[in-house]
Amino acid sequence: MRAKRPDLPGTGTARLAPDMAEAMEARSHAPRAPGAYLALTRDRARTFGGRALIFVLTLGAAMLCALPFILLSGANLAVTAEAFFNGALGSKFAVAETLVQMIPLLIAGLAVAISFHGGLFNIGVEGQLIFGGLVAGVIGAEVNAPPLVLTALCLLGGIAGGAFAALIPALLKAYRGVHEVVTTIMINFIAISVALYAVSPAGPFVSATQPSATEKIPREARLSMIWDGTRLHFGLIIALLTVIGIWWLLYRTPLGFRIRLLGANPGAARASGVSVPRITIATLLISGGLGGLAGAVQVLGVYGRFFDAFSAGYGYDAIAVALLAALSPIAMIISAFFFAMLDSGAVQMQAVAGISREMVGVVSGLVVAFVAIQPAILHLWARLRQKTAQRRDRNITSGDPA
Amino acid sequence: MSAPSVHKAAAIRLTGIDKRFGAVHANRAIDLSVAPGSIHGLLGENGAGKSTLMKILFGMIHADEGRVEIDGTPVAFRSSAEALSAGIGMVQQHFSLIPAFSVVENLIMGRARGSVLSRLTRKLDLKAAAERAQELSDRFGFGIDPLAKVATLSVGARQKVEILKALWGGARTLVLDEPTAALSPPEADELYAVLHRLRSEGTTIVLISHKMPEIMHLCDRVTVLRDGAVVGEAELAGQALDEPAVRQPIEAALVNMMIGRDKPELPERAPLEGPVILDIRGLTDGTRLGPIDLKVHGGEIVAVVGVEGNGQSELVELLMGLRKARDGMIGIDNHNVVDWPTQRRLDAGLAHISEDRHATGVADTMSLIDNASIGFVDGAPFSGSPLSLSQKQRRIFTEVLIEQHKVRTPSPDLPMASLSGGNQQKLVVGRELARAPRLMIAAQPTRGLDIGSTVAVQDALLRLRAEGNAVLLLSLDLNEVFAIADRLVVLRKGRIVGTMQSADFDIDQIGRWMSGAVEHVATKPEETDPQTLEAAS
Amino acid sequence: MSDFITLSLFASMLHLSIPVILPMLGGLLCERSGVVNIGLEGMMLGGAFGGVAFSYLTGNPWLGLAGAMSTGALAGGLLAVMSVSLRGDQVIGSTAINLIGAGLTAALVPIIWGIDGTTPSVPKVPTPPLPLVGDLPLIGPLLAEFSLIDIIAFGLVFLVWWVLMRTDMGLRLRACGESAVAADAAGIDVTRVRFIAVTLSGVLAALGGAYLSIVTLDLFQASMTQGRGFLALAAMVFGKWRVGPAFLVCLGFGLADAVALRAQIFTDDLPHDLLFALPYVLALVALATFVGRASGPADVGKPFRRA
Repeated sequence: MRAKRPDLPGTGTARLAPDMAEAMEARSHAPRAPGAYLALTRDRARTFGGRALIFVLTLGAAMLCALPFILLSGANLAVTAEAFFNGALGSKFAVAETLVQMIPLLIAGLAVAISFHGGLFNIGVEGQLIFGGLVAGVIGAEVNAPPLVLTALCLLGGIAGGAFAALIPALLKAYRGVHEVVTTIMINFIAISVALYAVSPAGPFVSATQPSATEKIPREARLSMIWDGTRLHFGLIIALLTVIGIWWLLYRTPLGFRIRLLGANPGAARASGVSVPRITIATLLISGGLGGLAGAVQVLGVYGRFFDAFSAGYGYDAIAVALLAALSPIAMIISAFFFAMLDSGAVQMQAVAGISREMVGVVSGLVVAFVAIQPAILHLWARLRQKTAQRRDRNITSGDPA
Repeated sequence: MSAPSVHKAAAIRLTGIDKRFGAVHANRAIDLSVAPGSIHGLLGENGAGKSTLMKILFGMIHADEGRVEIDGTPVAFRSSAEALSAGIGMVQQHFSLIPAFSVVENLIMGRARGSVLSRLTRKLDLKAAAERAQELSDRFGFGIDPLAKVATLSVGARQKVEILKALWGGARTLVLDEPTAALSPPEADELYAVLHRLRSEGTTIVLISHKMPEIMHLCDRVTVLRDGAVVGEAELAGQALDEPAVRQPIEAALVNMMIGRDKPELPERAPLEGPVILDIRGLTDGTRLGPIDLKVHGGEIVAVVGVEGNGQSELVELLMGLRKARDGMIGIDNHNVVDWPTQRRLDAGLAHISEDRHATGVADTMSLIDNASIGFVDGAPFSGSPLSLSQKQRRIFTEVLIEQHKVRTPSPDLPMASLSGGNQQKLVVGRELARAPRLMIAAQPTRGLDIGSTVAVQDALLRLRAEGNAVLLLSLDLNEVFAIADRLVVLRKGRIVGTMQSADFDIDQIGRWMSGAVEHVATKPEETDPQTLEAAS
Repeated sequence: MSDFITLSLFASMLHLSIPVILPMLGGLLCERSGVVNIGLEGMMLGGAFGGVAFSYLTGNPWLGLAGAMSTGALAGGLLAVMSVSLRGDQVIGSTAINLIGAGLTAALVPIIWGIDGTTPSVPKVPTPPLPLVGDLPLIGPLLAEFSLIDIIAFGLVFLVWWVLMRTDMGLRLRACGESAVAADAAGIDVTRVRFIAVTLSGVLAALGGAYLSIVTLDLFQASMTQGRGFLALAAMVFGKWRVGPAFLVCLGFGLADAVALRAQIFTDDLPHDLLFALPYVLALVALATFVGRASGPADVGKPFRRA
């Protein structure tokens, strides 16, 4: 008999045919032809090149479409461009500001991306971010604890707050089949209301000195600055660690595999033993938790307190950040940086060239639009190439030079 | 057989139709002429080019070369709707009805003429349409209630609605693509009666089929396709087909043309006796299946046959843990797994080649490595802990699978969608075999595969059997069942109505069981001893 | 407290439900044709802005309404190009509409008026009470609260229902949503039907936005629709994609809004900010408790390409 039965069946360990195990063992020790490595490297380079090209073209097309509106505001293009680059990268301070902007975009982008990987459309990251920020701000202002402990509490509280905001949509999706788009959006508006209320004059957490904000978090408990003379804070490290963590989760853990399988084909996921409700809930809670973390980091790193309008729509721009990066956590560092440049450059553009900061939102929307039609464009491109190839073939066979 | 005969003003005439899809030559210079008022059979195995030819006729795809004539006039349709207005209606294999609509809504949708404004403002007259539909239905003996919702109709009735829809649109010529594929024999008989009636009223019918009895029963003339080419024709009208002496040589000749060889002999197999591996007792989901009892021993391939939709899918889902059992037990290797989640059943030695690969077998957008890992992500060899999943091990695993099962792909990093259907299936079969299954559930494992892949999959199942494991084969293809199964059980309306050892395989008896001609003969399989019966052969 | 529940509360409910009803009708047409549309909010903002801009530029509020409809057609057309012609992902495509709608309207305010945020007053659509009806018994006082434009809005509910359920065009549209393949086989131009439905949904949503900006108010403010496009979506889902039930759900949202407004006027001790979440909480509760497993038209969300 080929198959050896484990002593206790169903022990939570995948069975593997012994001859398969042997073949794998043999293969893992066999020396690999250098050609194989070369081919692999070449494949990867080609994939990477293709992705980079799509990235640049998508962004370029979006910027191009936004251009008429910039011209409409009567601004001088050269002045605008100069203002933009000065604002985004023109000085140490500008670079630092761009990085500061990048932190919430990156973490929120990861929140969006992980839900998309699971085939779930969490567009309530904005609400989760607000909840996370609120919880972090309240803990920071109200709890008495040693500085580092307080920081940790705030961050964990933020994560919990964001996850809580995602809990109801998660349960409704998993057990009632209610589409998460509708429910997560509802949570966005509820979050805004709750946040407004919490720091309203009659609200429970409003500061005695500052309207529409909580009391300040003790300075020692906030995220420390990591670049002298700028506002760049430790959140950048947290964001980058989160990138690595989420990448590892998605591609190097069984849970991540299940999330991706659920997104790619729920039927196959179910048939292979994935508990669809459980993974759905897990995905949305992780996504919400990341949204909450983004809010908490923003509160702890930039403002030192929660105030009602602290999020500049990061949760919405995060959709564009995630899609532009094709949901890749690593590529998201680049796409988040681009949108951060847009954000910080837009401040200068508004001041110098009089162009509304809202244009960043337009560019986000355009990026999302171009991602939506990407399959069609790639399809057309493939057809075009096929046709050219066919024509070439015909020309060769008929001996007719093109 | 004679060369294609030429009629004056044939209802349909195809001349020199040629079509290639890349390397596949789907239609090779096909000539076909259908006499008006006749039933013309188009016989051929899956992949012989029948469907391609008909799609060309209806303009759904374009021929590289060739001409289409209807009633003597050259035509080039751009859609099936256009063909219908020229009097040719297609009745598809896949129903083109909308279940949420009533029969009459299905009939009239898209048919109204007149200005956009009038169609936007004038009330639809469903009542008048229903009356007309009733009239048509009565005239041809359809027996359809025009106001019934399609979702509530049986498969046989839906098939008739499809025909009604074509007639409604003014079709004088009908093309039927495997119309009885999903029907039980009595339903098929009803359909045959309708078709006879249609012919007697002057309708021309093209019948695409690979069922010999159907062709012999209905057709005036038959054209045989193989590998995209016409390999022969036969005139059936006027032959005394009731006489076996007349019928059998014609049948034999047609089969020969269709498959290009004589029917394969059943392979010799040594009888095997093993312990009971699958032990189903009183299992029911409370709706579509059961209660049933079924035992499968080690070293045995048991086929579950029946008309589609008689509980096969439910049985698979119950065994896999994707559907809740209302009552009963499922024993696998002496463990009652009926309350176990799917994952635990897989770990306990269950494997599953799914019936619909795209729905439940693979993830098109994920890489081959990911697809090979489906169901393997817990524990060794890929995962030491919930925090790790080894990419290296998964790659090696996939490379071995690709090598062992001759999956043709340039790289394991490519998405599954880049593989052909046959190669995808080979990877799936390889993956499921790698689980070292005690019980393999193989649902339509060779559907849509080419000959080479089919043989490879069947060999793999036979190898599992030879190693003392159990195989539950769900197949609509009786040839496959006869070729590899040791025993078969017939499912009808969710019950096992008959069981038969391979030595006694008798297609007529199976047909009677499938159609319900013999009601519920619940033979308990465990009461018969496979070994003695095998030995008798 | 007896003043609280009055005729004017009822009238206020009807008024407040109109900007949810119109986008709901648009979304329903769109989804019944087989295209997911979560972009209603962006289309509404487009309409709200278009209405104010055209009213300001032409000085004629009726031209403002026409402008709003054109803006809506443009937004709907854009979604149609993305999701119908180019067969892009419908959810992502309509998300783009939301982002562009919110961003562009806010960015254009300073370009036209030179100030950020809220525009100055523009000519608003006149809403004289209906003549004569005030003297009717019983319903007279209620009807007197409404103008022609309100009646048209409610008339649209019936019109959409009629076209969808009782005409050939409606049957075609529903066929496309149930099974694009079957519709195509029946000779229906699925792409065209869907394109028109999506564009129309833009027009209807935009009318909803314009109702807010130049009928109820006389100005545009960034993000002034405050999620009504999403409430419309929730109403459609909760109404199981049927006009009548979805209309009733919209009235429910209108009532929640009206109560919240009332409470603000009548009491001081209630947290107003929380009350504004009432419709959204209500929507969530509704989706959680009543809907069961909601599923729309069978083919919704699937791009159609002829084989």
